[in-house]
Amino acid sequence: MTIDEIQQEIVEEFSGFEDWMDKYAYLIEIGNEMTPIDAKYKIESNLIRGCQSRVWLHQEFTDGKIKFEAESDALIVKGLVALLLRIYSDRTPKEILESEPRFIDEIGLRQHLSPTRSNGLLAMVKQMKLYALAYEKISAKK
Amino acid sequence: MIPDISKLRKDFPILDQNVNGNPLIYFDNAATSQRPVQVIERMDEFSLLTNANIHRATHYLANKTTEAYEASRETVRQYINAAETAEVIFTHGTTESINLVAYSFGEAFISADDEVIVTEMEHHANIVPWQMMCERRGAILKVLPFNDNGELQIELLDSLITNKTRIIAVAHVSNTLGTINPIKEIVLKAHLQNVPVLVDGAQAVAHFKIDVQELGCDFYAFSGHKMYGPTGIGALYGKRKWLDQMPPYFGGGEMIDRVTFENTTYNQLPYKFEAGTPNYVGAIGMAAAIEYMQSQDNQALDAYEHDLLTVATEKLKQIEGLRIYGEAPMKAGVICFNIKGIHPFDLGTLLDQLGIAVRTGRLCADPVMDHYGVENMVRASFAFYNTFEEINAFYKALVRLKAMF
Repeated sequence: MTIDEIQQEIVEEFSGFEDWMDKYAYLIEIGNEMTPIDAKYKIESNLIRGCQSRVWLHQEFTDGKIKFEAESDALIVKGLVALLLRIYSDRTPKEILESEPRFIDEIGLRQHLSPTRSNGLLAMVKQMKLYALAYEKISAKK
Repeated sequence: MIPDISKLRKDFPILDQNVNGNPLIYFDNAATSQRPVQVIERMDEFSLLTNANIHRATHYLANKTTEAYEASRETVRQYINAAETAEVIFTHGTTESINLVAYSFGEAFISADDEVIVTEMEHHANIVPWQMMCERRGAILKVLPFNDNGELQIELLDSLITNKTRIIAVAHVSNTLGTINPIKEIVLKAHLQNVPVLVDGAQAVAHFKIDVQELGCDFYAFSGHKMYGPTGIGALYGKRKWLDQMPPYFGGGEMIDRVTFENTTYNQLPYKFEAGTPNYVGAIGMAAAIEYMQSQDNQALDAYEHDLLTVATEKLKQIEGLRIYGEAPMKAGVICFNIKGIHPFDLGTLLDQLGIAVRTGRLCADPVMDHYGVENMVRASFAFYNTFEEINAFYKALVRLKAMF
């Protein structure tokens, strides 16, 4: 499936929720079900420190694709992280660079990507794109 | 006499709205308070009818504006009982006021190996300017700690002060712990050893009467927007004996006497510290806020606010797993807490869905977070327009949300 197809899938999953509480409960559930990031990757250099929550992002580049592992100390953010990994992990740099996480807006959670210093989530998306940009350049040089 | 809060709330139309389908419950007053319509109207009326730059022309509008600005200064002076208007400097807020003193006092009085004392409970605005100054001057920053109850360990102050101590900087009320610090006692101890004291009054001015002469402090800094006034305006009180000896912080127009390329001389107080066009509309707004507060029965409102805090604290303590940070006997305005197993960001986000506005995060007080070994906290902070019904709704919301985790 393409990134956009997965985003569509996510939007459809959320469209069933009428109540904001159910939406957040679902996010918390997804967050809770996430496989925790390997402890050895929960290091300073992988930490995206926000004032409101912390996010750890680990990546590996193999066979032309970037695999991401991530986690947050806040459950709602963790749920959103899980969704972002669903669309962005195991993708080529080109795929990552060419798409925006518009599903977050479409499921009515745009405020969590607001460009305040406090939010680790937006910083995480930026970081993912920076990795994609870097790997694209490295691949092009080879 | 119980104040008529529902009547007072009508002065704050912003409170009468729904957020996410629920009535707004504004519990973030320590971040900023709301302005009564009287303050907004005064500022608008001024901008519509009277606006001109101050101290710079002799025409009608300039004179009227200048008069209004200086009258605002006098309003602030009498509000905090400063000895003279020259000791009241208008700034853009508490942070600028403290930076001004840190820089200027540093230039005048602090040399290598001198010492500055701050406390462990300070807001970053009353830590970082001192750190920056100490680095510039080669001085040492020392810290007066607080105990787990949120009280400063005053008993350690005497030994912390040495013959190298040049100034002590302390909050009147902590923005996280809510502790009302014993400023008079701190000032007495400091003055016995000839050390001046700067007080960060940002969280105090909205909650009780400030008398700088009675407190005896050498500097007192506060902001308009935390006391029902506008943003972008604040004041610095400083005793003349210090301000006269301190060099200017910002240079430019108004703060000069005469400028030549060979030599420039400076204006007298307070203008020496008011470079450039000030936020005179803000100053007028700040004075309007003071007048608004002074037109209320302040004793009754202070008592009411105290009751709000007491009731809120009691209710929160009923929630299992909830821990309050800072339970000093004398507190004002704020309750910081965490609920075990729930991240503050998650709680704050969900409270917002219920229309309840609290602050979450590190609250510009990293050392306080470190003291308790936490990454973030939730903070509910009250003003006189909050109600017992709102506190009840807050309690019920917390119970309901807790069940989601």
